[in-house]
Amino acid sequence: MTGTEAHDSYGEKPDPEDHNAQVGPQRDTPPPENGPGGPSGPEPPHPNAPRTPDEPPRIPMPRTSVEDTGLPLPEPPPAPLFLEHRVLKSLLGAWALAACSPEETAAVEDHLGTCGACADEALRLRDAVGLLHPPESLDLDPTLRTRVLESCLDRRPPRIPVPEWATPYDAETARLDALLQDIGDAEWHAPVRLRWFEGDEQTSRRTTVAGVIAHLLTVDGLVALTLGLDDPLEAPAETPTPAARTEAFWTTSHFPPTRSVRAPWREQAHNLVRTVAFAGGGSGRLPVSYGAFELPLRDSMLDRAFETWVHAGDIAEAVDYPYEPPSPRHLHAMIDLGARMLPTALAARRQAGLATPGQTRHLVPAGTPGRSLRLEIEGLGGGEWLIPLDSPGALPSPDHEVAHIALDGVEFCQLAAGHVPPEEAAAGQLGDREAIRDVLFAAASLSRM
Amino acid sequence: MTNKDAPPRWDRKMQQRLARGEAAALGELYDRFASLVHGLAHRVLGDDRAADGVTREVFAHVWENPEAYDPKQGPLRSWVATLTHRLAVQRLRATETAALAHDGSGSTEELERKVRRASVAARADYIVTSMPAPLRAALELAYFQRRDYRQTSADLGVTEDEARRRLRLGLQLLSTAHDTGRSGGAE
Repeated sequence: MTGTEAHDSYGEKPDPEDHNAQVGPQRDTPPPENGPGGPSGPEPPHPNAPRTPDEPPRIPMPRTSVEDTGLPLPEPPPAPLFLEHRVLKSLLGAWALAACSPEETAAVEDHLGTCGACADEALRLRDAVGLLHPPESLDLDPTLRTRVLESCLDRRPPRIPVPEWATPYDAETARLDALLQDIGDAEWHAPVRLRWFEGDEQTSRRTTVAGVIAHLLTVDGLVALTLGLDDPLEAPAETPTPAARTEAFWTTSHFPPTRSVRAPWREQAHNLVRTVAFAGGGSGRLPVSYGAFELPLRDSMLDRAFETWVHAGDIAEAVDYPYEPPSPRHLHAMIDLGARMLPTALAARRQAGLATPGQTRHLVPAGTPGRSLRLEIEGLGGGEWLIPLDSPGALPSPDHEVAHIALDGVEFCQLAAGHVPPEEAAAGQLGDREAIRDVLFAAASLSRM
Repeated sequence: MTNKDAPPRWDRKMQQRLARGEAAALGELYDRFASLVHGLAHRVLGDDRAADGVTREVFAHVWENPEAYDPKQGPLRSWVATLTHRLAVQRLRATETAALAHDGSGSTEELERKVRRASVAARADYIVTSMPAPLRAALELAYFQRRDYRQTSADLGVTEDEARRRLRLGLQLLSTAHDTGRSGGAE
């Protein structure tokens, strides 16, 4: 509140200047003070009446009416308005906010000298104006949520906990929702370019902020379907892949998505978390179909957390907001998922003729050690992973390490999201160049619409 | 966004879910009320870290005592606001008392005035955020955008009579921030 430091008495009249740059004549005339019983007599209004006796006198002292000073009057007063009591009373709010015409102001103030009830109300309403503050633009620290929830759960352990593997999704959807809370109507239509890799080519698709939320809604819907929740997609897509479902959602809605997609997206996210909590940790093995492939529910929830973060980043960029990476623990879980998916992605690229065949020229039998690449992820949430290169079933082995790459955790995620071309992934590299190239391209191939 | 239209059913179900020990319900509770709680605490305490602390206390209290909320007494939102208010004012008084004892500057009267002012300011914030949207919109135009009531009526597409009515009613609601002891002994 501005101006209060100049006064030290709670309940004192708000300083007129602090809410009134468009000073109108009404501001120079504080409302009359009358006793609770109404007008107390003919004396002129005394602005300092409610002060407590122990306070020092306030400067300036009550001003003398200009008429009594003998000085020339500044302006001829406006022609007096005659208004009914009902109208005068209805003007009190506008008067207190200095939002009346000068004529109305004069009429109200004349009236206040004679009507105790209105004078009381006028004073009360003007006090209330002093309580209006511009809303503080406080960005709630996004890490506070996890800290608060954890401290609660420490104090009273939950009977139905959220499985560990679902907490990144819970946290990331909450973070994105907080970003959406802050953006204006127009920003929902800001253009966003979704980027991913297909084959070795960077691909992109243009949409809007609302379109991105629609995309998240429909792809999260794959998990909802697995759990027996409603499909957000009204008409089924040709194929149940993330891309086909998204296109189906975009084309079947008659209008481009608007901010109205936020509520169903948020509600579905809450329902997913709630439902997996009831299903319990054991449900983590349930297969979730993405059309062309499957992931166990526990990985699928991590994948959705990852996608939520990546697309929140796309949105933040489009509307020019800062956006931080996930908490180190959640980031680590996402990197771990990517590292675990790399051997299958390598094999798929090899089958498609996009990656060099394994150097041993024969598949390493499942369960035996094979050539490995050490993936060293730096920064918070980082760690080390050994990636088997010859087949998804091979055991990674430090004795068969042929290459070593080091890169930052967020950089790795940007690569896996298809936002950074593999050639440009700033990686420290050591060892077999082919193996390194294959792994970086395989990481990029994890991306999809 | 959804806060204002939350049906009482949501409040009752939330209480049941919290009582059942559903961690997911706690997350949803936070998502709905964290900005209200943090904003009120910040208005009283004027400090981010202290407001974080109050936020933690409020959610811990609700999580540990879900049965303390009685849906018949009113919406969960106002119960949470009252709780926040009480804990924030408590903390402000404790901090100020400690400061007073430490360096002896100021007086208990000043302390009480400061506490009362912070308390009224927070109550006023709450009243503004929970008053009907049309009243809030009118106050915003007239106060923050300095529109007179005729311009306000044009901006809102309502009659001048209605604009005057909204400004007056909005301020009447706001003026109840001075009434202490309201809302279940917020102090």
